[in-house]
Amino acid sequence: MELEAAKVIGAGLAVIGVIGAGIGIGNIFSSFILAVGRNPAARGEVFTMTMLGFALVEAIALFALVIALLILFR
Amino acid sequence: MAAGAGPLEQFKIKNLGDLQIGSYDISFTNSSLMMVVTVVLIAAFMIFGIRRQLMVPGRFQSLVELSFKFIEGLIDDTIGKEGRRYLPAIFTVFMFILVGNLLGMLPYQFTFTSHIIVTFVMAAVVFVLVTILAIVKHGMHFFSFFVPPGAPLYMWPLLIPIEIISYLSRPISLSVRLFANMLAGHTLIKVIAGFIPTLGIFGVAPFALVIGLTGLEILIAFLQAYVFAILTCLYINDALNLH
Repeated sequence: MELEAAKVIGAGLAVIGVIGAGIGIGNIFSSFILAVGRNPAARGEVFTMTMLGFALVEAIALFALVIALLILFR
Repeated sequence: MAAGAGPLEQFKIKNLGDLQIGSYDISFTNSSLMMVVTVVLIAAFMIFGIRRQLMVPGRFQSLVELSFKFIEGLIDDTIGKEGRRYLPAIFTVFMFILVGNLLGMLPYQFTFTSHIIVTFVMAAVVFVLVTILAIVKHGMHFFSFFVPPGAPLYMWPLLIPIEIISYLSRPISLSVRLFANMLAGHTLIKVIAGFIPTLGIFGVAPFALVIGLTGLEILIAFLQAYVFAILTCLYINDALNLH
């Protein structure tokens, strides 16, 4: 039973990494809005880069999530 | 939630027909079935779309041309005109992932992109081919890729290992990104959907949430195919131009 409890606590600790990704995604989109506000003509180009950055940062969050799932269900 | 149908039940591989070559088990599974369906759908979409090539395209033909032009624009933006040679490969990868993701969004369907082995094989093929391309094009000069331009000499022992590790981790990050997005999205929808029957009349709230999440998942399905394609383009660009 203690092992089960430790597993659940460990999975909970593992998803703490998502905090960083949340900060990162917030940063990316705030920069995107600032950039488009200053130069609306560059929207298309900046949007491509934003989506790329968003996907790269989100992947980090999902690494943490995969670790948590591995701990829980293995 | 029905008994025994946990949130990870939907990713279970079911054997549809036994097939064995030597000691390798290459049975036909529901994963392979969905891949075959995907390929047939894409082929039908492309072939029927351009069956009658009109100067002024109809709706169906415009859709095919739109998807084609989309990847063409992506390649022009990231690689340039010389990247047009790689358009068929990148377009195939993009359509395969996109249609696979979207088919997985249909209820009771299997998502083959939610399995690490499928995405890892695709990422590994991209990685190996891009590395071969770079070595064929630049020869031994390829290894200057691992030296950041303009870095002072005393920083090299630190920077070169970092560059090599980040290069070698490309297939892992490329495959885990797609697989983890699909896995997490489908698991999340299933978990939230499990709250609906247990809450009774208040189940309306999670039901609305599931509808919203489904829309988000369709966006993610498109976005991940796009990201896979754009990163493939960037890797080819690195291979062609070295920095």
